[in-house]
Amino acid sequence: MKAPARQTLISLHGANVRFGATPALSGVTMDLRRGDRLMLVGANASGKTTLIRLLHGLLQPVVAGSVQTHVLVPEGTAPRGAMVFQRPFLLNLSVRWNVLLGLWLHGVPQAERESRCRQALQRVGLASLAGRRARELSGGQQQRLALARAWALQPDILFLDEPTASLDPGAKREVEALIQDFAADGVTLVMSTHNLGQAKRLGSRVAYLEAGTLVVDRAVDDFFSGDDLPDPARQFLRGELPWHT
Amino acid sequence: MNDLVQGLSSAARLLLGADSDLWSVVALSIRVSGTACLVGAAIGLSAGAWLAIARFPGQALVVGLLNTLLALPSVVVGLVVYLLLSRAGPLGALGILFTPTAMVIAQSILVVPLVAALSRRLVLLALADGGDQLRSLGAGPFTTALLLLLHERFGVLTVLLTAFGRAIAEVGAVMIVGGNIDGVTRVMTTTIALETSKGDLPLALALGVVLLAVVALLNALIGLLQWRSAAPREALA
Amino acid sequence: MAHLKTPSTVRRGLAGLALLATLAWPALAAAQDRFIVMASTTSTEQSGLFKQLLPAFKQATGIDVRVVAVGTGQALDTGRRGDADVVFVHDVAAEQKFVSEGFATERRDVMYNDFVLIGPKADPAGVKGRDIAAALKKLSVTAQPVVSRGDKSGTHAAELRLWKAAGIDLATARPAGYKECGCGMGPALNMASSLNGYVLADRGTWLSFKNRGELVVLVEGDKSLFNQYGVMVVNPARFPHVKADLARQFADWVVSSAGQAAIASYKIDGEQLFFPNAAP
Repeated sequence: MKAPARQTLISLHGANVRFGATPALSGVTMDLRRGDRLMLVGANASGKTTLIRLLHGLLQPVVAGSVQTHVLVPEGTAPRGAMVFQRPFLLNLSVRWNVLLGLWLHGVPQAERESRCRQALQRVGLASLAGRRARELSGGQQQRLALARAWALQPDILFLDEPTASLDPGAKREVEALIQDFAADGVTLVMSTHNLGQAKRLGSRVAYLEAGTLVVDRAVDDFFSGDDLPDPARQFLRGELPWHT
Repeated sequence: MNDLVQGLSSAARLLLGADSDLWSVVALSIRVSGTACLVGAAIGLSAGAWLAIARFPGQALVVGLLNTLLALPSVVVGLVVYLLLSRAGPLGALGILFTPTAMVIAQSILVVPLVAALSRRLVLLALADGGDQLRSLGAGPFTTALLLLLHERFGVLTVLLTAFGRAIAEVGAVMIVGGNIDGVTRVMTTTIALETSKGDLPLALALGVVLLAVVALLNALIGLLQWRSAAPREALA
Repeated sequence: MAHLKTPSTVRRGLAGLALLATLAWPALAAAQDRFIVMASTTSTEQSGLFKQLLPAFKQATGIDVRVVAVGTGQALDTGRRGDADVVFVHDVAAEQKFVSEGFATERRDVMYNDFVLIGPKADPAGVKGRDIAAALKKLSVTAQPVVSRGDKSGTHAAELRLWKAAGIDLATARPAGYKECGCGMGPALNMASSLNGYVLADRGTWLSFKNRGELVVLVEGDKSLFNQYGVMVVNPARFPHVKADLARQFADWVVSSAGQAAIASYKIDGEQLFFPNAAP
């Protein structure tokens, strides 16, 4: 029994992105649907980061092809995005201020800012460290702060670019747990990762990129079962196993 | 050598003697250069931040011009401001020539290019680190630049200290636009110039030491601030 | 995804900073108390005369005199630009020109002091005496360092007149050691001191000069060494903003018996520097 079709949030049609003479993405066509937990996998420089940035709107202008954002149904507003980077850039301020900053930039009124900040910090388990300087936190704590900062904005789509690549195993688990938590709330995820195990655990859909082209785009189970995968993807799966972090 | 020794001992006597003329000259120097620094900060930081993020044709030319202005000779600034503020000049009706206000204006002009060029560098470097992530959070380009200045506030403080040093140490501009009027526009540097030309070298040297002491004190205060904020805390788990 | 513009808070903050900078300046408001700007010369100020004269004037009238001390040429130029209310210099010819150009309605004699020829105690050129023309003739044929201010000041103008009066054309018969520094009296004395050379100076600056080295007074008392001071109120018809009333009070006071007495009573080491000679 198939689930009812979910709303498309962003459509890409033949999107091309070039940095100077180097093509980063070629002819990418895909739809991001509400509730997707899209995992982007592929080797370094395959275009994962470029694709995420393109979807988030950090690349302007689009070089060729089209990127279309659709209005949310039934809310009637454009989908709001927030992004978590591999190494979070935290301002030289307190933990609390780093979260408040995002809220302030989004024009959230004063009273609401405080409560949303508190909630976000509690959710990621950093409430007791709210007064500390953000730069003094450990790697894992900083990434949790980045998640709090993003989540406080109540995004419809959460973009994550290799969020656990620089973390130790314990921190990795904590961050993964939080990501799953947010997905369970209904936030759409687009995440790139080197870690196939992570892709399997967290994703509902996997896209494989190679040299800027989108080679495969399937439901997670279909991807990992390996049935009639295009050759590059199959080789990639094999090459990446066993699942080292 | 004798002059130097005499100068140092005179300096000590001056500093401890609480000579009211001396202290009013010191106070005026600090007021004039301090205000010029504030004005320079307001204009220079905004200009530097804007130049770091702006994209327009001829940008390289503007930045080149800015770097040239770093070497602006203070006498030239003094002369130009004098011509502007003189009664015979376009802004003569303001009647501010030979007042501390004119001195502040001249020193601000000296200081703005310095603050702008250095803060632009600060922002450019920081942009590489965090420009994208701040943009992702919803910050427009200019806000991003200002946030990065806040982030790099100790760098900014060093820039302002440099600007203050340039202002309080210059004599060419304040001499021309202030007129070195006793009790009104006489500052430490113009007093040193005056005493030197009168041949009273020990006194001139003593004042030079006082000037250095003022700048050194400011430096020490900033160093203290930096040390306190960088003090190691216990590592967090 | 839409990105936001600069939040209004940022813009307000910038405006606040600029306002703060201007508000930190109370002096602008206090500019209305009674004062005049007087353009005078460095040698007059460095003689220390003003430190005695001006407080006496303030006591008599309540008016502050702000002295901008520069070279004679620049002082007259300051008057021509309308940046001063009173001009007080010592170059009769230049002052008369100033009046004829309409920048002042009259000039009035106030006092005179004298120039002296300074040189090394050993006096290698042998100029010591009371005759300045003879002394200059002797200097013109030596290679001893002779320092000139060369800055179009009253002292410089006087020096040039004295060479001319001695029959020496500096353009063709310049002494071998003649050096023009383009500087004030003090720096010129400094230079003469370090070079152990000769220099024409006003007695006032010399008496206050502390870096003498081996220099002493060699020639004095010659009538042509006398240096006449004049006071001029800048013409309000030319510059309406000039504080003519207050400036006239100064000019009137300095030629009055009270002002003249104050001038005569100014002494350095017991020696009177300036000799009042205002018309009665």
